[in-house]
Amino acid sequence: MLDIRKVTRRFGTNVAVKNVDIRIPEGQMVGIIGRSGAGKSTLLRMINRLIDPSEGSITFAGTEVSALRGAALRSWQRDCAMIFQQFNLVPRLDVVSNVLHGTLNRRSTLSTVFNLFPREDIHQAIDILERLGIADHAQKRVEALSGGQQQRVAIARALMQDPKIILADEPIASLDPMNAQVVMDALRKIHDEDGRMIVCNLHTLDTARRYCDRVIGMRGGEIVFDGLPDELTTSAARDIYGADESFSEEATSTSIETLSRPAPSLEPAYAL
Amino acid sequence: MANATLGAPVADIKAGYTAMVQRKRIYSGIVLIVFVAMLAAGFDLADERNAGGFWDGLRHVFDFPTELVKEAIEKAPALPGNLAKYFPALIETINIAAVSTLLGAMLAILLSLLSTRGLARWPRLIAVFRRMMDVMRALPEVVIALVLIFVLGGGPVPAMIAITFHTAGALGKLFSEVNENADLKPVEGLTSVGASWLQRMWLGVMPQVAPNYLSYALLRFEINVRASAILGFVGAGGIGSELRIAISWGAGRYDAAAAIFILLFLTIVVIDQTSSHFRNKLVRGF
Repeated sequence: MLDIRKVTRRFGTNVAVKNVDIRIPEGQMVGIIGRSGAGKSTLLRMINRLIDPSEGSITFAGTEVSALRGAALRSWQRDCAMIFQQFNLVPRLDVVSNVLHGTLNRRSTLSTVFNLFPREDIHQAIDILERLGIADHAQKRVEALSGGQQQRVAIARALMQDPKIILADEPIASLDPMNAQVVMDALRKIHDEDGRMIVCNLHTLDTARRYCDRVIGMRGGEIVFDGLPDELTTSAARDIYGADESFSEEATSTSIETLSRPAPSLEPAYAL
Repeated sequence: MANATLGAPVADIKAGYTAMVQRKRIYSGIVLIVFVAMLAAGFDLADERNAGGFWDGLRHVFDFPTELVKEAIEKAPALPGNLAKYFPALIETINIAAVSTLLGAMLAILLSLLSTRGLARWPRLIAVFRRMMDVMRALPEVVIALVLIFVLGGGPVPAMIAITFHTAGALGKLFSEVNENADLKPVEGLTSVGASWLQRMWLGVMPQVAPNYLSYALLRFEINVRASAILGFVGAGGIGSELRIAISWGAGRYDAAAAIFILLFLTIVVIDQTSSHFRNKLVRGF
């Protein structure tokens, strides 16, 4: 059970996350939606402790995560894997080495600095890559892979951590619709097969509806919606995105299905 | 995940990757052994060829500094006077260094942009500009300064020209490495709006590379302060001339030498502090 109580984060005078209260039970897949700057990323980064909350507490299974320091903090970060929008892999290293980075917290600094990873770990890493369908690229440098493949390498690194929670910060925002679907399918499959808690920031409504058990809407750092995907009506969505009547759900969609658009103006805007 | 069914089975991939890891480990082991062996052998050779005997000399390494410090402490009351006396000479040295760093850096920016792949105005001439910078770095400052002093007579101008020449070559090399790491996307963006080469460099590349340029230039300024002090030894004026007199005069002048060292040290500290201050400002964007 992940328990976020009255968490606030300020950057200077700017409040990114305001008095947020969320309780997430084990094994739930939660989607957080909202427009850019709504505080979704900040919230996720606070759970992983990449940044610290200004006020409030985050507790997981009885441990106050927001108070951890040093080795205890690093071991929490191992239990709480993070997937980033821009993948955040080391581009010049090969795929397997990047996946093996998931074991860094378990192994000694000295052996990992000399790249001495145990054979079992290497084999496990390749098994995970096989599960995600990219084992063929094991020896390639990450920079030679496409975005969708890189994001699957990042998911493999997360799985290598054997985490209790997987946090995904806009995992499909840099991907084309086809790859986006592959990555989201992979996350859902991990959730269904391993029963891990997944908290996923998304900026599209349809993805959240299709893949998540529960949807949380954020606006201006506050929670404005928390419920089942079916409860997410068009008016609730307008409220989350702060939009007026002209807002349609398709406008946020990145799925392959058709997008209706207004007819173009026939008058040229430039000087002839 | 369509490609899961294609390609080699997992067992082959595992074997292949493990073999690659083994090979890499063996290579690094060999490199480590060769490195240690060469270090040991090289040390032996250097010891044999040492004229006076390395181990005998080692005991006397600290004799000169000890004597200098001892005498400087004995004459401590004269220190403030000495500091004041040599301050004008220090200013001359710093001026030589500052002017040559400024001129050298400007020349270096031009040379580096002309010799970076992807940015160069004339890509075919990259090698020419590279060799030009190699020549500038290869000639020792002292040699250029001696020739110029012979032709132009003693004073700060020959030192300035000599240091500028070397600085342009050295900074040009460092700057062009910075340029290589610059992101080409903004440059492409400016090309797409029809910008000229100079506009692309000034508006697309400079904002990215300026913080690194500045810190390299300030490091070079530090080095140039020392270089211009050394050139004072061969007649280029400034604090180097004073240091030469103080040190080679033998007994009785070590307090002056100590004062000059203190001045040089303080100069380096000030440059270092200023450089990190301005660099931070530039990186954070004022």
